[in-house]
Amino acid sequence: MTQTVLTVDDSRTIREMLNHTLSAAGFRVVTAEDGVHGLDVLQTERPDVIITDINMPRLDGFGFIEAVRGDAAHRATPILVLTTESEPEKKARAREAGATGWIVKPFNPTKLVDAVRRVAA
Amino acid sequence: MSEIAFGSDKSELISFRIGEQEFCVDIMAVREIRGWTPATPVPHSPTYVRGVINLRGAVLPVIDLAARLGLGVAEATARHVIIVVQIGRRQMGLLVDAVCDILSTADHAVQKTPDVASDSTTQFVRGLIAMEGRMISLIDLACVLDEREAEAA
Amino acid sequence: MDPMEAIRVTFFQECEELLAQLEEGLLAMEQGEHDAETINSVFRAVHSIKGGGGAFGLDPLVRFAHVFENLLDQIRGGVTEAGHEVIAALLRASDMLADHVSAARDGGTADEARSDAIAAALVALTEGEAHGGDEAAPAEFEGLSFTPMTVALDDEPAGAAQAAWIIRFKPHASLYNKANDAVLVLRELGSLGRIEVEVDAEAVPLLDAMDPEGAYLDWTVRLTGEADEAAVREVFSFVDEDCDLDIAAADAAPDAAIDLLSSLLAIGTAGAEAPPLLAPAIEDIIAAAPAGAPGKAETAPAKAAESAALPAPQTIRVDLERVDRLINLVGELVINQAMLAQRVMESSGAGQASDVNLALADLEHLTRGIQDSVMAIRAQPVKSVFQRMPRLVREVGEAVGKRVRLVTEGENTEVDKTVVERLSEPITHMIRNAIDHGLESPADREAAGKPAEGSVRLTAGHRSGRIVIEVSDDGKGVDRARVKAKAIEKGLIAADAVLTDEEIDNLIFLPGFSTAAAISDISGRGVGMDVVKKSVQALGGRISISSQPGQGSRFTMSLPLTLAVLDGMVVSVGDQTLVAPLTAIVESLKPRPEEVRPLGPDNFVLQIRDVYVPLIDIGQAMGFSRTRVDPTEGVALLVESEGAGRVALMVDNIQGQRQVVIKSLEANYRPTEGVAAATILGDGRVALILDIDGVVTANRRVANRRDPPAREPLARTGT
Repeated sequence: MTQTVLTVDDSRTIREMLNHTLSAAGFRVVTAEDGVHGLDVLQTERPDVIITDINMPRLDGFGFIEAVRGDAAHRATPILVLTTESEPEKKARAREAGATGWIVKPFNPTKLVDAVRRVAA
Repeated sequence: MSEIAFGSDKSELISFRIGEQEFCVDIMAVREIRGWTPATPVPHSPTYVRGVINLRGAVLPVIDLAARLGLGVAEATARHVIIVVQIGRRQMGLLVDAVCDILSTADHAVQKTPDVASDSTTQFVRGLIAMEGRMISLIDLACVLDEREAEAA
Repeated sequence: MDPMEAIRVTFFQECEELLAQLEEGLLAMEQGEHDAETINSVFRAVHSIKGGGGAFGLDPLVRFAHVFENLLDQIRGGVTEAGHEVIAALLRASDMLADHVSAARDGGTADEARSDAIAAALVALTEGEAHGGDEAAPAEFEGLSFTPMTVALDDEPAGAAQAAWIIRFKPHASLYNKANDAVLVLRELGSLGRIEVEVDAEAVPLLDAMDPEGAYLDWTVRLTGEADEAAVREVFSFVDEDCDLDIAAADAAPDAAIDLLSSLLAIGTAGAEAPPLLAPAIEDIIAAAPAGAPGKAETAPAKAAESAALPAPQTIRVDLERVDRLINLVGELVINQAMLAQRVMESSGAGQASDVNLALADLEHLTRGIQDSVMAIRAQPVKSVFQRMPRLVREVGEAVGKRVRLVTEGENTEVDKTVVERLSEPITHMIRNAIDHGLESPADREAAGKPAEGSVRLTAGHRSGRIVIEVSDDGKGVDRARVKAKAIEKGLIAADAVLTDEEIDNLIFLPGFSTAAAISDISGRGVGMDVVKKSVQALGGRISISSQPGQGSRFTMSLPLTLAVLDGMVVSVGDQTLVAPLTAIVESLKPRPEEVRPLGPDNFVLQIRDVYVPLIDIGQAMGFSRTRVDPTEGVALLVESEGAGRVALMVDNIQGQRQVVIKSLEANYRPTEGVAAATILGDGRVALILDIDGVVTANRRVANRRDPPAREPLARTGT
């Protein structure tokens, strides 16, 4: 069965890149442009994995993850955080908010698909 | 001779008549041939520019080729035709008396224009073609525009 | 297009937007008009450029962006204060980042020395406040994982050393709360080699005591394969803080391994028995359980609602070519509709209220509606052009040693995309000119009692169906004595010419005029205001200057909102049909004989109420006819010209008002004085659209030619 990945990122470049890489790996991809938009999309989608950026307008990645974890329908959905930050505190905050794992940008296709497969049930 | 370089060694040409003389242009440059329609004169234009006409929404200048070649201003009638040619990115109409035929000629059959006294006709002629007893002058389209415009085109 | 290439194109498009967002934010900060979101958006812009740049391996760009981002992060976190000096550095950095982006796009390299210098300045500001020295060093950054993680197994095929690991793994409840799963971790371990798994379920409570979201199992795995310890740890990288984990080599003798295993199991058992280990985990569960959830769920939408004040407009991106094709087709439709209407009129006779005529009226209405809507698609704010100006101002100011503050207004004024694109050049020249020629040096300004920092204002707004752009400065104004002397010296005007102040000011638009005493780096590019005027006129626009000595100058440029259609007055001149732009026409009137007065040998003026205005015969000015229309037989169009104020243009009669589709005359022919463009009328013929200012200028020349000695006895009146 085709698995669905929701990508939440304010950068069009990164969205296109994720879309391209994940589609090529056989995932169905839905996209959102920021946390608020991501939550909107979750009203109608039940993705198998969510990938989110941290720095976004309106609602950032931390807020988005907390909101997803607080939503009974999606609290068990794995969330991977996209981050260029190597600082442990960013990861720690993402973890604290409920992130399942992370992908350090820049990612290559193998690394990305690996990470998604690793958390996808 | 060597300056007359065509893509292949054979060229298709369209020949037409102005007064008693016959001229031709490379068929590759010709977009269409249409009957005379009155042109809207454009101020401050040379006398050989008859004005502009509407060619399916585009505004096209019409050059009175007779006037351009120094053969006198044509008295345009319904029998006159406009040969629409493409020069660079521009299109323009050439007003001529009548279209004669389409000829196929080998490039080597184009003779260099004899070095007669330079006049306004020969400066637009790239070469001469002899065919069935007629002499047909090959028009250098780029020169039909004035020099400055030829550069811009 | 290759998908990566397409994404690359997206990246550079996005960079343009982000750079604009960056600069806009920095300028708001500079003016103290910012809130927390401003610095966030500035940070995000740099961050996103860095992120995308990293994906394309644009190392110099990424390195620079990283240093930039560090400083912004500190400002965002309140560690560094965004004072004047800091913002100036940030603005320079944003220019540099733009250069990096351009260089990356065009396959070149940015000015490395400049980049390094600016980066060093950023680092200095960053270090100054926070950690000492080692934070922003590029060396550290290069470690930021440009290489994929080493998870791959097939790197070392058969023959590599077999290793065995004993892994004890006890998930906490928090692991499950983050949607991780022990099973998935085991699956991942299984991909590293052969695994034997043992589970200790001793801690599982009785069913009624069991928390469905609790974590009670304890796993011990023996892994045999080629994986090294790092690879094994990598498997647990997502969960290592949400579990007890112990990884030990089992490459010793099996006995030893078994010993180890049993000792580990012992620990496991002990752990299960010890409440302290589980208690925190259970607390975690309670905290994260649905009971606590609603509160959190509320805060998020609340945040969202706050920022939803700026909703992202719903947009789609459309290839411009498609829009242009549509616009051309609609243009054809308008012409066809007009032709059809005319044919029907001719065949059925005017004034017949037939069904056909009614339907035609509807069609016209509909056509107009389609056209307006289509044109609106291409309307864009002038912002994209205005945004480029702050940098220009900084650079020009720096080059000529003047301090300049740019104030912009009306950047959301919308105008057709084709107009927006062509605004950049004239605005750039006007601003250069204002700084270079208009503003005084700081010393001179202070001497004149002005603030050392000069001010340049750039404004845009709609005025009577046109867009008006003004560039004004608070400099010294036009030095009229010098301008006039120069014009006389260059033979542009007669030595004894009597000119009004306004006329003198407008001399600077004459070809070949330049007032710079010393040819500076800025104005030395051979572009004078005459070129600006030409480019504005090519857009169907007008430009003028007004000046107050000692107080400054103001350039006013007015342009049509679109280059596709125009509301026109269709008039007859001799046997020609011409279109006059409606926006230029103040009124039309039939002159009475007593209102027409000769002025000099060949000129006439028309008295309108108490004012005399020059009377220009269009047919003569445009060279259509050598004789004048008898003013009392024709109609005078009173028009507003940019250069000569109000002027009356004589035509034979007025056919009516009509919206016409603008067709370029230059596309196939050449620009012509007095003609702004062409259009196609209902009868399928081309009509020329008048360029009012061009007609006025052309008339002046015709008049000059008529001046002695080349005096020609022209008929003064009569047709």
